[in-house]
Amino acid sequence: MKRYKTGISQPILPSEITPESVYRDRRRFMQAALSVAAIPMVGFPSLAGAAEYDIPADLPRYKGPLWLQQKLADAVRNNDFSTSEALAPYYDAITHNNFYEFGTDKRDPVRNAQGFVTDPWKVEISGEVAKPGSYNLEDILAPHALEDRVYRLRCVEAWSMVIPWLGFPLADLIKRFEPTSKAKYVQFTTLMDKDQMPGQRGFFGTIKWPYVEGLRMDEAMNPLTLMAVGLYGNALPPQNGAPLRLVVPWKYGFKSIKSIVRIHFSDTIPATSWNDIAPDEYGFYANVNPQVDHPRWSQATERRLPSSLLTPNIIDTLPFNGYADQVAHLYRGMDLTKWF
Amino acid sequence: MTPVERIGLIRWWLIFLLLLLPLGLLLEGLLTDDLGADPAKYIVKELGFWALCWLWLTLAVTPSRKLFGWRWLARYRRMFGLYAFFYGLLHLLAFATFLLGWRWDILITELTKRPYIVVGSVALLLLLPLAVTSTQGMQRRLGKRWKKLHALIYPASLLVMLHFLWQIRADFLQQLIFAILLALLLGYRLYLKRLS
Repeated sequence: MKRYKTGISQPILPSEITPESVYRDRRRFMQAALSVAAIPMVGFPSLAGAAEYDIPADLPRYKGPLWLQQKLADAVRNNDFSTSEALAPYYDAITHNNFYEFGTDKRDPVRNAQGFVTDPWKVEISGEVAKPGSYNLEDILAPHALEDRVYRLRCVEAWSMVIPWLGFPLADLIKRFEPTSKAKYVQFTTLMDKDQMPGQRGFFGTIKWPYVEGLRMDEAMNPLTLMAVGLYGNALPPQNGAPLRLVVPWKYGFKSIKSIVRIHFSDTIPATSWNDIAPDEYGFYANVNPQVDHPRWSQATERRLPSSLLTPNIIDTLPFNGYADQVAHLYRGMDLTKWF
Repeated sequence: MTPVERIGLIRWWLIFLLLLLPLGLLLEGLLTDDLGADPAKYIVKELGFWALCWLWLTLAVTPSRKLFGWRWLARYRRMFGLYAFFYGLLHLLAFATFLLGWRWDILITELTKRPYIVVGSVALLLLLPLAVTSTQGMQRRLGKRWKKLHALIYPASLLVMLHFLWQIRADFLQQLIFAILLALLLGYRLYLKRLS
């Protein structure tokens, strides 16, 4: 029997506390809820598409703010963009995280992020766009229906997991803000908040906070690139990058930046955190590539988690993490050993 | 058994069990399935960390005796050294078994492409003859050469430090602490040598 000594024992998550705005609008909300309930529950094909996940009863489900809950419930599995490989256990996905803002050990984020306030949340859109500004997350998400996509996640540390995300294509989001012809790159920034993020307070780290990541515009517009707000049918747990994170499945995991507060468009290549620290080890592209080793270790194979001790689950790493059909054309003619 | 001998025996067992404790905790975590989503990596890391600690502890025996007059510590130096080797050996075995599944093709590429694994392995190889010749009988038989042979702990500790430095990703606090400690431990010996 697995004991879940993870520190996830907080009785009330901040995300479960009703925000004031919702509280004030409760009357209107109740009326809306009642009117929906009055419709006979027949012929709702979209509900049939919602996936069910095996979540142990003693593990927390992250519900997210009220305004997000219906969207999460309405998410439909997109099988065209999903792998049928075995999912990582929910426990593994929410307790094994690289989120250095909350500590460098894999189990630090689940211990340190439970009180992380992710609602209300604002995202700044800036740079080469027709509609820059600071937007509430609720408004950013409003027009987008959520999809359930099962992606492989390959960490640069040579382990991998299969995760069901809830999100929507980044391309759909970008189009709304109308990038100008000068928008060649997009840069993402994680929240900077030393009070909430103990990892940002240390003196002995090499990362210059806040964490930043970036994509070339055509990478950002590729239909595989996902903005995620949930996993396993629920809202994103704080340790997984709530309330809004990027998922770029053909690149090493560190490109999939968490807890995004800023999306900036530019015509020059943006700074990215790991590339800043060690440009010889982490490239801007960071495409999963078994042919190009990390200077300190091989990338030819990976350990797919969960991996048993005596017969480790070692599999061959695929070019572009198995998504070559969808994305290899983006890099045609490029020397991938140079642009790693 | 005199009371003094009894206290000595109790102390020996306490120290013996104390150094065994990290391994015990790992086994407990393993049996209760409480080592996280990637127990393999966790076990390998922990075993390596404690091997490093016990090696530094072994190196601390002589300076503590000379600086603080802790003569009693010298009786445990062999135990400390053997524990360092034991944890180091388990660290390597855990790496080869839990992380590589003894796949020779991967083992060979890892050995060539991950220089820190070569460095760590060489350090363990240097410690092997020290573990083998750690008995009193061997110490008598080797005489003066014993001390010379056991000076291998110094290059071994430098290689272990390099092996540890090579793991740095974003945070280097641990590496900094152990590097400073090693500099003090080895620096003190150089200082003594210059005095004599």
